[in-house]
Amino acid sequence: MGHKTAIYQQHLAMGAKVVDFGGWDMPLHYGSQKEEHHQVRQDAGMFDVSHMTVVDVKGNDARDYLRYLLANDVDRLKVEGKALYTGMLSQDGGVIDDLIVYRMGTPGSSGEWFRLVVNCGTREKDLRWMAEQAARYEVALTERPELAMIAIQGPNALAKTRSVVSESKGRVIDSLSVFQGLPVEGWFIARTGYTGEDGLEIMVPEDEAADFWQALADADVAPCGLGARDTLRLEAGMNLYGSDMDESVSPLAANMGWTIAWEPAERAFIGREALEHQRAQGLVLKQVGLVLEERGVLRGHQKVIVEGVGEGEITSGSFSPTLNLSIALARVPAATGDTAEVEIRGKRLPVKVIKPGFVRHGKKVYA
Amino acid sequence: MSNIPAELKYVSSHEWVRDEGDGTYTIGITDHAQDLLGDVVFVELPEVGASFGAGDDIGVVESVKAASDIYAPISGDVVAINEALEDAPETVNSDPYADGWFFRIKASDPAEIGDLLDADGYAAVCEAEE
Repeated sequence: MGHKTAIYQQHLAMGAKVVDFGGWDMPLHYGSQKEEHHQVRQDAGMFDVSHMTVVDVKGNDARDYLRYLLANDVDRLKVEGKALYTGMLSQDGGVIDDLIVYRMGTPGSSGEWFRLVVNCGTREKDLRWMAEQAARYEVALTERPELAMIAIQGPNALAKTRSVVSESKGRVIDSLSVFQGLPVEGWFIARTGYTGEDGLEIMVPEDEAADFWQALADADVAPCGLGARDTLRLEAGMNLYGSDMDESVSPLAANMGWTIAWEPAERAFIGREALEHQRAQGLVLKQVGLVLEERGVLRGHQKVIVEGVGEGEITSGSFSPTLNLSIALARVPAATGDTAEVEIRGKRLPVKVIKPGFVRHGKKVYA
Repeated sequence: MSNIPAELKYVSSHEWVRDEGDGTYTIGITDHAQDLLGDVVFVELPEVGASFGAGDDIGVVESVKAASDIYAPISGDVVAINEALEDAPETVNSDPYADGWFFRIKASDPAEIGDLLDADGYAAVCEAEE
């Protein structure tokens, strides 16, 4: 038996098929993963993401510590509550984890602090690594397991959520810009997500989580499982840690180059030297999106053949319910052009090669 | 518990077989199989006229989650395929024992029917997998 979130009984009552996910008993779907996917693209769906790990970083050196720990630069965050996506790298430039960091309090003030949300599957190694790197800094790292987290995603997510929360919380929802989170009445409401739709990720004390989930369900927000979460993030071209990248993969080969803050050049962050070396050598591999227009489904670990160039591998693939065809993320030789072939059960099928990202805000985004 | 109609025969690889009474047999995948696969998005069927031996790979069913081979439960020639699955593969989930059928075989060795599982036998197979 795995860990259970504060919403577990609701999942069972709503017909969830429960699977083990990183030691947690989590809903895979509540009947049809495809229907849940469409609900998010067309209306609003909700996900229990309480298994994710929340870590608060406080103390006089919190900013300096994170500017050393993370490849992206928290100094890019100029407004209270603003967030950024970043890799946490090893010295040799591999991705230990990808995470979101929120800058809390007034940026640059003595009271400022940071909130990190890291993956559940990497929790232990992340916490160990973060603690090791913190030795030279005056910081306190505090995990927040008492917070449940619910993601509400889709074009109607904000309006439907607003309809079931207090007036003050509603005002916070109205005030949030994209990639910003703020505390209110013991909750933390952020306008972030993992679906390519507008939406919220809300941390609530565990004892309020089940009631909030039920209120959302009563407002016709569809419960959605990990299955739909995966096809939604794949359509959005977002990486899944452990599939699309890990410690053996450079962020430059995982479409995470945009998350590396090279400037200011004097900021020494973990992995910087290794990445600068890779950049100077020239990239060998790159991450791309694949679209299969024939009948079939692309899957992780299938071989990608690029005529005259070499071979690569699919890192995650599935069926795209929005596009009604199969899509994938793949790591291929840097010289790959706009077509390739994928080997599926001994047959080679042609695929289109695009920049990662297939669907945003309900619409196809590639040519 | 999944639905296992008493009038059908089964194989442990989760196909069902219905005797049409004219020497042909209709084949599909069971309710248990479609539940394990989740949303079916694509079915690759054999060609009409093709011959298969019992246990041969005869097609593939792909769901959002996984690809799964379909095996011929009995030997024979394919006499019909369910072309409606091309546009509506989700029928395999919604109606696995009727509109979600896959193909029909003219048996070359009717004695093989005796080797198939009955509903109780198949239920035991599913239970052992749980």
